[in-house]
Amino acid sequence: MGQSIWNSMEQKGYSRRDFLQFCAAAATAAGFGQTGVAQVVSAFEKKEKPAVVWMHFQECTCCSESFIRASHPIVLDALLDVLSLNYSETLMAASGFQAEKSLNDTIANNKGKYIVLVEGAVPTKDDGVYCMIGGKTAESILQTVAKDAAAVIAWGSCASNGCVQAAKPNPTGATPIYKLIDKPVINVPGCPPIADVMMAVVTHLLVLGQVPALDSQGRPKEFYGRRVHDTCYRRPNYDAGLFVEAFDDENARKGYCLYKMGCKGPVTYNACSVVKWNEGTSYPIQSGHGCIGCSEAGFWDNGPFYQHLPSFPGFGIESTADTVGTVVGIATVAGVAAHAVVTNIRKRKVIAEVHAEDQKES
Amino acid sequence: MSTPSTVAGNGFSDNAIHPVEYRRVYVWELPVRVYHWINAVALVVLCVTGYLIGAPLRAFYAAEAYQQYWFGWVRFLHFLAAFVYVFNFAARLYWGFVGNKYSHWNAFFPLKKSQQQEIVDVIKADVLETRMHGPISTGHNALAGLIYFGTFLVFVFQTITGFALYSSMSNSWLPRMFTWIVPLMGGEFAVRFWHHLFLWFFVTFVIVHVYLAFYHDYIEGRGTVSSIIGGWKFDREKSGKAGNRK
Repeated sequence: MGQSIWNSMEQKGYSRRDFLQFCAAAATAAGFGQTGVAQVVSAFEKKEKPAVVWMHFQECTCCSESFIRASHPIVLDALLDVLSLNYSETLMAASGFQAEKSLNDTIANNKGKYIVLVEGAVPTKDDGVYCMIGGKTAESILQTVAKDAAAVIAWGSCASNGCVQAAKPNPTGATPIYKLIDKPVINVPGCPPIADVMMAVVTHLLVLGQVPALDSQGRPKEFYGRRVHDTCYRRPNYDAGLFVEAFDDENARKGYCLYKMGCKGPVTYNACSVVKWNEGTSYPIQSGHGCIGCSEAGFWDNGPFYQHLPSFPGFGIESTADTVGTVVGIATVAGVAAHAVVTNIRKRKVIAEVHAEDQKES
Repeated sequence: MSTPSTVAGNGFSDNAIHPVEYRRVYVWELPVRVYHWINAVALVVLCVTGYLIGAPLRAFYAAEAYQQYWFGWVRFLHFLAAFVYVFNFAARLYWGFVGNKYSHWNAFFPLKKSQQQEIVDVIKADVLETRMHGPISTGHNALAGLIYFGTFLVFVFQTITGFALYSSMSNSWLPRMFTWIVPLMGGEFAVRFWHHLFLWFFVTFVIVHVYLAFYHDYIEGRGTVSSIIGGWKFDREKSGKAGNRK
């Protein structure tokens, strides 16, 4: 500890030019632009390398898998290298007591300075027995680790909003971490989140030493500020009313909008259509499949992937609000018609009565 | 406001020499009528365009996106009609405090004992049709008023959820006021679902509303349908019991 990123790179034989290239790439990844490069250089020259612990709870490790596939290798290498990644169940060499010691030492030696990255939700039912590491529950580990952390980042939908294990009926009581700790949490949802977005969030934290601007759900605005739909290259087809009707039709071949195939792009906040995946190669909609909204809270419970409206609860999986509405509408027409019949019978009586009344009056 | 006039007794009487007295009552003032028709047009536009947004037609006359924009127009019409409808509704709320007693806000809450009794009477006379005659209110009857209040709540719900959905593509202050609804309801997906579901409330409402307007005119014969055009209804005057058929 105590070393800056520049010191550490210098020791490893990187040239000043390499360092500046790395700074420029990091500035770009974090969205600072050209004017921000100087800030990054200054930060990386002076600031101590932050210690990082990466916690894994109820998850599938897809966030880690995504992270190590970031498309700017120089930034990634450097980040993994320059960050003191002191604890990560999947990436560290240490195991057993060694690993535990590493975690405890990091916390003890870097009070208030280390960064906590959390992957996975935390089970809260039955005293948290559904996820235990080294004999301790996930929740108690989280509380210990988060207590003196400088910043907490929730990687992926599990840590941000519960994801699959929090889907109904949520048997383990899986809970997103922002509900469990008092500190502000940076939520980086997605299943998994985009590698470059993860990297950029970390870079932002390192360079500016502060939490990036977050929206009301704790997500960095720069990546989750717009819907997949708004930045989608198929958007003109949406406005034109050109829709794919079936996955193998002519319209699908022409690349029309996937809205009617249940694309969740219009309700999903993410940077997929801008940053894209796998070194900017593609993203789901580009490869012909609708967005499933994996970065939105509760997306597993939001109905079938191939309907853009959820199923109506209690009416079978295929029934949307429209089916229910149509039935209610027809029932109303039937009720009104029955009433009209009764009214006509009644009207005859009214006519007769008015007639009799007039007779009496005259 | 009322103009006494006489209407000849119905033609079933062979010797209709004794005319039945009707009093012309100015029930729906001009702002109420204007509100009603603007609201009617806006709601129909909102329902049709809203349904189309949820389930777009296969309307292709072009192969390339730049050649047509119909879905864009449908959405534009929906947003336009929504703004008209919201401000129109706001004007009606204002009129509920300054308008006549038929449009006053307390006509929509059965707070008085007489209103509560009227609800029971209306259910017996007009819904179940088990009683031949109920008292007939000149404006909204108490049950109708209460149901309109429920409708206003749905108006408000649709306004809130609509603006919440619209806020993600707008920088103007009015929709931006509703951004907090989205996380509250569990994401845009849920907001969209509820906003769409209540479309069917309006469809049902229109069926029942139009039917009942005709029904009252049909069975009571005092100009219910034309009242929303001219504003007048007719109260039968007989032995000092105006407002009651008997």
